[in-house]
Amino acid sequence: MTVTDSQKMAYVAAQAADARVNLQFETEDGMTLNMGPQHPATHGTLRIVAQLDGEQVVRCEPIPGYMHRGYEKLCEVRTYPQVTTLINRIDWLGSFANEVPFILAAEKLMDVEAPPRAQVIRTILFELSRLGNISLFLGDLGIQLGGITIGFYAFRDREFVLNQIEAATGGRFHPNFDRIGGLKDDLPKGWIAETHRAMDRMRRLCDEFEELVLGNEIFQARTRGIGVIPADIATSYGMSGANLRATGVDWDLRRDACPPGLSYDLADWKVWTHPDGDSYARTWVRLQEVRESTHIVDQLLDSIPAGPIMAKVPRIIKVPEGEAWVATENPLGEMGYYVVSKGDLVPFRVKIRSASFNNISVVPWVTRGVFVPDVITIMASLYFILGDIDR
Amino acid sequence: MGLVESGKLPKPLTQLLSLSRKYSLWVYQWGLACCAIEMGSAFASPRYDVMRLGVIPFPASPRQADLVVISGTVTDKMAPAVKRLYDQMPDPKYVISMGSCANCGGPYWDSYSVTKGVDQIIPVDVYVPGCPPRPEALLEGIVLLQERIGREDMAERWKGDPIVVG
Repeated sequence: MTVTDSQKMAYVAAQAADARVNLQFETEDGMTLNMGPQHPATHGTLRIVAQLDGEQVVRCEPIPGYMHRGYEKLCEVRTYPQVTTLINRIDWLGSFANEVPFILAAEKLMDVEAPPRAQVIRTILFELSRLGNISLFLGDLGIQLGGITIGFYAFRDREFVLNQIEAATGGRFHPNFDRIGGLKDDLPKGWIAETHRAMDRMRRLCDEFEELVLGNEIFQARTRGIGVIPADIATSYGMSGANLRATGVDWDLRRDACPPGLSYDLADWKVWTHPDGDSYARTWVRLQEVRESTHIVDQLLDSIPAGPIMAKVPRIIKVPEGEAWVATENPLGEMGYYVVSKGDLVPFRVKIRSASFNNISVVPWVTRGVFVPDVITIMASLYFILGDIDR
Repeated sequence: MGLVESGKLPKPLTQLLSLSRKYSLWVYQWGLACCAIEMGSAFASPRYDVMRLGVIPFPASPRQADLVVISGTVTDKMAPAVKRLYDQMPDPKYVISMGSCANCGGPYWDSYSVTKGVDQIIPVDVYVPGCPPRPEALLEGIVLLQERIGREDMAERWKGDPIVVG
């Protein structure tokens, strides 16, 4: 096959376009390593440009924006019920958890409160989405470090959680189930017993993970003391969630600042922290969180009160003028919505604070001086989701 | 292989080639957004297990791949990379567009930063609708693509309309 001139020119242009970006990082000695935007170890389309000295990273720069879909602007042209459809897809692994803070903010503005039954079921679904999210992290971390087995195990057991979400909401992935003033539907028959069984499976997955991965010598060698983030650095970069708790800061919005509309106080549970702040600590904290979540779900399932599922709200939702900020502890960390309403059908402005963007902003700091394979471990253990970074 | 390009291959040979291509599809993992997780469920989960269909989901580079599943939102910033990776794949190559975003923009149809449909950049063989599609839907898309590859004649390539699942 002959190469035409136009093909040749297109190739040269593509090469030149890449070279321009790389040149910014080029120095006289050392080399520039470009990972992404499509790279198996970046969980999607994060691009990392690392400047290397031998095998050590001198400077490492994440380049986000490849998954920017313009949520904040789109929220301004969607009505309040339509916004939940959209924001489901920000952190696509914990979809239901994305809806909750926005709905709570709208409820705050409208001055309605969901009935107690809806609040408890909402909390259960919130925790189920956390389980679906973090169980994939556990599997993915194994895959990043070369142990594919645990990835298969995680995908296998995650399906049981997704089944429960699907049975209750009708959607495996993006439920769009939360409504202003309650929930769309009541639970189906037999759901509670089935969810108890799914929680047992998740606890078994945790045990398997502990034996297969956490106790593994290779895993420990690659994560202990790697990517250490001290508590003051973590707080100054605005990290939240398990990444912050792994640095020893005992801070969980579910316990410390739970907004009205979620009923975590009905359950007896514990916030886990780890003093080390390295990759191992982040993994360990997340594993304990999965366990704790299953206990929360188990307790809440046995204490669902009877009653209606939906409060009295008008058919066409107009939110009165005002501003509200609600943040909850999402699977990845603190996620908040600042909703400004002008009394219209659509929000005037929605500011979304998602956890991954702040969690990933520490990458240039934490990757200075580490070896190239450790970049993968650090990125995997920081655990971000691209939609959550770029929005 | 000059015969193949001029379309003069004897029919039994074409069928043999098509048969072997059909059951040895190497899929490049092109996880972009939400759909990537459902693609992961279809490819890596024991419940769906794509390998029983003769699809191998772990090539290390697009240069080893026959099929690419565009799973998720293609943004304008990402589009050049999509095109470039498609160009790196050796012919014959196939594209499955998975999910509403890759098909037509989906829920971001009025977004300023999203490419409305990956078919603006690269030719698509199978469209799998859904947001995201269930893993079963992706598997059906792969089966339909295999049927088409089985019937394919090199000289007739690209003349058919794209398949829409469901």
